[in-house]
Amino acid sequence: MSLMSWGMYPKIKNTVFKFDKKKTLRKIINEHDKLIPYGNGRSYGDSALSSNIIHARPKDCFIDFNGETGLLHVQTGVLLSEILESFVPRGWFLKVTPGTKLITVGGAIASDIHGKNHHVEGCFSECIKEFKIMLADGEVVICSKEATPELFKATCGGQGLTGIILDAKIYLKKINSQYIDQTTIKTKNLKETFEAFEEYQDKPYSVAWIDCLAKGSKIGKCLLMVGDFRDDGKLDYKVKKQKSIPFNFPSFALNNWSVRVFNWLYYGKVKQSISKQTVDIDTFFYPLDTIGHWNRIYGKNGFTQYQFILPKESSYEGLEEILTAISKSGKGSFLAVLKLYGKANDNYLSFPMEGYSLALDFKIEKGLFNLLDKLDEIVVKYKGRIYLAKDARVSKEVFEKGYPQIETFRQYRKENKMDNKFQSLQSKRVGI
Amino acid sequence: MSYILIIGAKSDIAKATAREYAKNGYNLYLAARNSNELQEFADDITVRTQRTVNLVELDILDYKSHQEFYNKLDEKPLGVISAIGYLGEQEKAQADFTEAKQIMDTNYTGVVSLFNIIANDFEKRKSGFIVGISSVAGDRGRKSNYIYGSAKAALTAYLSGLRNRLYDAQVHVMTVKPGFVATKMTEGMDLPEKLTAQPEEVAKDIYKAQQKGKNVLYTKWMWRWVMKVITMIPEWKFKRMSI
Repeated sequence: MSLMSWGMYPKIKNTVFKFDKKKTLRKIINEHDKLIPYGNGRSYGDSALSSNIIHARPKDCFIDFNGETGLLHVQTGVLLSEILESFVPRGWFLKVTPGTKLITVGGAIASDIHGKNHHVEGCFSECIKEFKIMLADGEVVICSKEATPELFKATCGGQGLTGIILDAKIYLKKINSQYIDQTTIKTKNLKETFEAFEEYQDKPYSVAWIDCLAKGSKIGKCLLMVGDFRDDGKLDYKVKKQKSIPFNFPSFALNNWSVRVFNWLYYGKVKQSISKQTVDIDTFFYPLDTIGHWNRIYGKNGFTQYQFILPKESSYEGLEEILTAISKSGKGSFLAVLKLYGKANDNYLSFPMEGYSLALDFKIEKGLFNLLDKLDEIVVKYKGRIYLAKDARVSKEVFEKGYPQIETFRQYRKENKMDNKFQSLQSKRVGI
Repeated sequence: MSYILIIGAKSDIAKATAREYAKNGYNLYLAARNSNELQEFADDITVRTQRTVNLVELDILDYKSHQEFYNKLDEKPLGVISAIGYLGEQEKAQADFTEAKQIMDTNYTGVVSLFNIIANDFEKRKSGFIVGISSVAGDRGRKSNYIYGSAKAALTAYLSGLRNRLYDAQVHVMTVKPGFVATKMTEGMDLPEKLTAQPEEVAKDIYKAQQKGKNVLYTKWMWRWVMKVITMIPEWKFKRMSI
């Protein structure tokens, strides 16, 4: 059985290794090259694909929890959803969570993931006390920002290219409700969208859904959703039953028109320019997780997510240009997610920087990569970068321009003999 | 009384079932050979659910030890779930009776020895439930695994009789017949995705069905119909088939 990523593109044959004890893992590392760790298969592109895969998801034990400090010790394969299931009822939540809870803790570290509160709490690496990692020579190191800063900066966001994370100690945050007071702001164009983001910057959570097919003066119209946890003591968090897409949709199911209708409905159902709702954790943070295998709606050829970020000063111009290009191409995307980020951290390959990021899904079809290459040019022109956890196609040149610390990362891998041992299709393509 | 006793606790189905019961508020006795190897897993459940997990040593083939094993449980369990299963190697079992005996003793004789003791206690107390994980392989013997299948068929018949006997004592007995499950036991086999359950799905099914008082549970559910079809194939035809 070969493992795929969430985008179901590309598809390659791979050998999957599982390990129970450290000894087994050490043997695998000693005997094989081109290894890459794989968690729950939720990165979109080829960052966790290689001919040799180490499957870390089965390592899913909770080890310890300190109810005073909120420090949770878990193995690498534990899902964020499992943490929520156990700890939301006890009044704890993740400090940083992405838009899906179906990722492993190891994966969260490797992609240094971020969420709706990036402008306040930063990336996942901010909540890590330390983690254990097995390196290319089979040695196990306890890694923290203070004790092993280089390894920490290379591993957080390093896409699994420094070793196999075994377990991690992360801080949770206290909450007193599983409900969020949400405000939805409906904007008419990009200018209003930017103004709304600035105006609501003190809200801890914010994200916007953009209609990418809007044209002319309506470009950049969005629904901005901001919110914060309530304080009502209601912690009766129950995991909802998942509905699942049972098979791949035919690839024509998603086209310009069906997406247009979806966006029209989605945008149109909000009547007022500002409205307030109370929603639960799963609705607010993980709207798509309630539909299992939603990746199948793009058909068997798969899809890719294009996520880029532009520095704040060039964001407006850049986004205008990119949205115009997408709108002209007519290639639709259900999910265009816009967000204003906080400051960048020191990790070599972490994605976030201060500015606006846009993420769009595209099904794989003829002409798509030409469009994305064009978008790349605009991203480079405005000094932006592409998110590796989503990517399956970016060129080495475009990638390098976005990540000024790439040489440090390469050097670090070489010095520690990680470059042959740990590889993915992506690392080969972009030369890391 | 809030303890559930899970025997054969090292199996993937047992582990998933243990997590499911703990999540729903039960404390656990996890019984297996070299049960100390389950310490990491026991801690996992405690951190996840704040339930108490006790590891207890059990050799299912050491029949003489079973009474003492049960006597030593401080608080008697509310219910017992057996996830004991040994698939063995069919071809080896055909040639070497030791392997055949190992398959029969593990899947059938050992479970009977322990369940007899527990059933007597539950009957006296007029409470409790007994869940035995059998297999769809016991519904009809096939050349690829009929030694294992025959042991499971025996277990299925035993559980059916036990259910009948304990009905008056209000002790509920449930037979679980999993189809394909993605576990260590089936690792490396090429199983059809639609018919293969994850251990977590099996565990959820077991918990729900046990709470509802179901008698025979097929998991995934479609195995009930798959097996209905398979058992309906006439013998003259079946003996020529390779399924």
